[in-house]
Amino acid sequence: MSDLDKLQSDILGAIEAASDEAALEAVRVGALGKKGSVSEQLKTLGAMTPEERKTLGPAINGLKDRVTEALAARKATLAGAALDARLASEAVDVTLPVRPTGIETGRIHPISQVIDEITAIFTDMGFAIAEGSDIEDDEHNFTALNFPEGHPAREMHDTFFFTPKADGSRLLLRTHTSPVQIRTMRSQEPPIRVIIPGRTYRNDSDQTHTPMFHQVEGLVIDRHANMANLKWVLEEFCRAFFEVPSVQMRFRPSFFPFTEPSMEVDIRCRRQGSDIRFGEGDDWLEILGCGMVHPNVLRNCGLDPDIYQGFAWGMGIDRIAMLKYGLPDLRAFFEADVRWLQHYGFRPLDLPTLAGGLSN
Amino acid sequence: MKFTLSWLKEHLATDAGLEKVADTLTHVGLEVEAIEDRGAQLAPFKVVHVIEAKPHPNADKLRVCRVDTGAGEVQVVCGAPNARTGMKAVFAPSGSTIPANGMVLKPTRIRDVESNGMLVSEREMGLSGEHDGIIEMPADAPVGQPFAPLMGVADPVIEIAVTPNRPDCLGVEGVARDLAAAEIGTLKTAPVNPVRGQFPCPTRVRRELPAGEEALCPAFALRLVRGVKNGPSPAWLQSRLKAIGLRPINCLVDITNFLTYDRARPLHVFDAAKISGDLVVRLAREGESLPALDGKIYELPADAVVIADETGVQSLAGIMGGEGSGCTEETVDVLIESALWDPENIARTGRRLGVHSDARHRFERGVDPAFTLPGLEAATKLILDLCGGEASEVVLEGEVPEPQKIIDFPYREVQRLTGLELQPVEMKHVLTALGFWVAGTGETVKVAAPTWRPDIHGKADIVEEVVRIVGLDKVTPIALPRAPEVPQPVLTLIQRRTRAAKRALAARGLVEAVTWSFVPKGHATAFGGGAAELALANPIAADLSDMRPSLLPGLAVAAQKNADRGYPDVALFEVGQVFSGDKPEDQFIAATGLRRGLATPEGTGRHWSGKPEPVDAFDAKADALALLTALGIDPSKVQVVSGGPEWFHPGRSGTLQMGPKLALGHFGELHPRVLQELDISGPLAAFEVILDRLPAPRSKPTKAKPPLDKSDFQPISRDFAFLVDRNVKAGDLIRAAQGADKQFITGVDVFDVYTGTGVPDGKASVALAVTLQPREKTLTDAEIEAIAGRVVSAVEKATGGTLRG
Repeated sequence: MSDLDKLQSDILGAIEAASDEAALEAVRVGALGKKGSVSEQLKTLGAMTPEERKTLGPAINGLKDRVTEALAARKATLAGAALDARLASEAVDVTLPVRPTGIETGRIHPISQVIDEITAIFTDMGFAIAEGSDIEDDEHNFTALNFPEGHPAREMHDTFFFTPKADGSRLLLRTHTSPVQIRTMRSQEPPIRVIIPGRTYRNDSDQTHTPMFHQVEGLVIDRHANMANLKWVLEEFCRAFFEVPSVQMRFRPSFFPFTEPSMEVDIRCRRQGSDIRFGEGDDWLEILGCGMVHPNVLRNCGLDPDIYQGFAWGMGIDRIAMLKYGLPDLRAFFEADVRWLQHYGFRPLDLPTLAGGLSN
Repeated sequence: MKFTLSWLKEHLATDAGLEKVADTLTHVGLEVEAIEDRGAQLAPFKVVHVIEAKPHPNADKLRVCRVDTGAGEVQVVCGAPNARTGMKAVFAPSGSTIPANGMVLKPTRIRDVESNGMLVSEREMGLSGEHDGIIEMPADAPVGQPFAPLMGVADPVIEIAVTPNRPDCLGVEGVARDLAAAEIGTLKTAPVNPVRGQFPCPTRVRRELPAGEEALCPAFALRLVRGVKNGPSPAWLQSRLKAIGLRPINCLVDITNFLTYDRARPLHVFDAAKISGDLVVRLAREGESLPALDGKIYELPADAVVIADETGVQSLAGIMGGEGSGCTEETVDVLIESALWDPENIARTGRRLGVHSDARHRFERGVDPAFTLPGLEAATKLILDLCGGEASEVVLEGEVPEPQKIIDFPYREVQRLTGLELQPVEMKHVLTALGFWVAGTGETVKVAAPTWRPDIHGKADIVEEVVRIVGLDKVTPIALPRAPEVPQPVLTLIQRRTRAAKRALAARGLVEAVTWSFVPKGHATAFGGGAAELALANPIAADLSDMRPSLLPGLAVAAQKNADRGYPDVALFEVGQVFSGDKPEDQFIAATGLRRGLATPEGTGRHWSGKPEPVDAFDAKADALALLTALGIDPSKVQVVSGGPEWFHPGRSGTLQMGPKLALGHFGELHPRVLQELDISGPLAAFEVILDRLPAPRSKPTKAKPPLDKSDFQPISRDFAFLVDRNVKAGDLIRAAQGADKQFITGVDVFDVYTGTGVPDGKASVALAVTLQPREKTLTDAEIEAIAGRVVSAVEKATGGTLRG
């Protein structure tokens, strides 16, 4: 073995043995530094004869190259090991739970969600949203709606009253959203297409009644709107709202003071436990009341019933929410029990749209 | 309104079965609410022959019966005293269910003797309260046949909902007429023939009503039948009344009840022996009262119409008779009253006294005036037939009104209102079948409603009659025309903001509640409400008495209830109406959020990542500002001023305003006194923003956003710490620093507030980070120093603080 070979094997051995970057640097300085063993060899080249240089030159340069290469390789290895060690020390327990944020824990009440669904459907059909105050007077809640004074139909409303004023008049909590029909017809020229969602009140409380509930009414007034249009609007609404391919509805003659003819509407369904499926089955479920606006109501709003005509309907928002989403108990709607709200409520960004679907 | 199928068939000749009848009733607007088909229910119970009944070997009161069921012999142990050899009884076999108690029979042993099935009583069959013995069938009853038809109790009972506009259908005849018009049969009500009076009626009737108020009693017909023999009514009459839930009393009374349901004609019978002198129809007098037939004593209101004799009030007109002059089994001479009363007066009196009677129910809806005299004749005939006696002539006080309103009815009205195309002949046919008078042959005819239809006033009412009988299902849906263009937005600003507010608050982790619009008075008062004008006169419960002035009490109580259920850390919100007065403009939409316990915006409850911090005023402030931002309000334009309404902690609350006159809302921790008033515990932090008060966005000609103002140079941040009095507001420091240089200062943040070691008592160290944004070129050190100097002097001047070295 020549001296050069020995030198090479010593240096490569030292590189391999270097356990950290500092030791490796010492080996590099010892070999390739100014006074390093390989540098010393390179210095001898200048004093050599051309013949000697021809053979020893490549050998020494080769030695330098191999040492440089081995140093780089060892350096990379050591750097990788150091990084691994650092990373190992930085490890965290990713199974620790993170805190859910608002977007996960917040909820929209089913009533708000259903109002948004109703709004999406009817605004598409060209309806606007009308609203009114909860505290009403007798004129708007009853008289203008063709409830005769003292008529049993008035009594059936279980009205909440306020204390009579000095002039004998007394205000009340609206028993339906219909007063807004009167206010709309008195303030707006036909054609009118509005829906009227809102809170309503009746002095009644049991398993299926709460003293406060939510209604949505619809009103269409123009020169042509008839019962055939009414049926279409309601069927389209129910189909869209319940998100089924088709619904079957049964219109029964009924009575409301403010419509003539008046009808109650049932929808065909199948009940399976708390689940109700629409568009199939043999049960009929009453879901709304409707009719052609009574000529007296039109007259009370300054509209000539021989020129203008139209229809109106009303239904319980709470009720259709219960039917669609299988909510078992009306009273729970107003108890603000977070377990109920978390379970039956809707995620903040579940915005009902016709394009994306009302629910998902 | 209840009736039986066979009763209906007294008025309607039809082959239709129960199901068809029921479907048609609903179809024409007489919604079937219930059908009780007792014949089907009682079918398993059949007539048996008791071959032998001998004493039970181990029990004195029991008998062991050998029973022939027609399908074989069984042994039954029976405890009834009337169980005896040779009788015909009713047998419930093993496996059948006893209607009265739902018990399913099984073969058993009673005191060591085998017993299969049961001999039953009327009570066990759900027929009556009779339980003294088992049912005894007639000796000729066929063994093995269902007993119910033989006893006349198999008749299905139909219950319909009659809407208030249809008093005619509060009688079976009216129901039959609608069904006949719907063509499932023919109306066959027997005509009423007058009964000739044999002598003048000895009792007279006078109306002594205030002048001009004769309409309170337009007509009063009366007649005497003398020499009757009253007693239990015949079985057919009793079984009809029982079937619809009425208790048979005696024949005279049962006859009036029968006609009330058969012909919607309430009548009254007085025992003539108990009437002194003439009958007077008048208003009740101060202090008068009436012990009525229902056993209660009614204090009569001054405008109640009564029927009195010389001794006093004998009947509450059109509502209920008096106990003193009522008919009993001893009655020999009976006065029959058939009168007309003012519906509104009857309704008012009935409502005030809280009397619900079949008579009131009909009179307040409208009784057929034309049937006043026929009703009296029908009653007379029944009394003579069932009780015997001799009828007097009829006396009639007043006059039976003949309302005859003729309506011009264009046939095309049906098409105009319903879209349904019908032939005139079809429409005329329907109207005629319902008893309407139709005259004319053109496109417009003259129509008059029958006297029993007080609900028909105009064309629309006639349209309803036609379509409900022809069938609403004949109306084919037609699309409501849609606008040819893409619809314009329709939601108003407040509607958009209400919707957005809910989504924004939910996205912050608050859960939407819907709480009552009414709160207890104490809660209303604690939150600035409680005015007399907003208190309900008839609240459903004492704690739901006053319209809420704020959503806070409802949410706070709800949060406490959740805490009581084991969920102490809740974040709730509501967007809804609040009331500051009783006028429409006093109603506002509030958006209100409330956090309790550890339900902070960072998360709910304890967490390994940090120390649990209970909710505080800053959480509420953050919610409120997030809400305002979501609704398009620039938060930098909103001033935060210390302090809020009295229901907040005075030192931990703030008001959000845009100028001193426009408070948008408040936030903070609730006042301990309010917590006490509401009987709840904290920590609670809440905000309330009145959405109606938020300014509308400025309307702009285009939707283009202003160009982005961004500099090519990096911003620079400089930190300053000031020593200030502790009552100096951070907001004042920020505003002063911000104002020091309008051109370059683009942001001021507070990054530290420190009190304690190194800071003198009563002082605080507040550290600001001020961001400078170079515009055209990088700022030189000298320029930066100059701005920093201006910041220091502005803050020192505004707050009296000093820069900490």
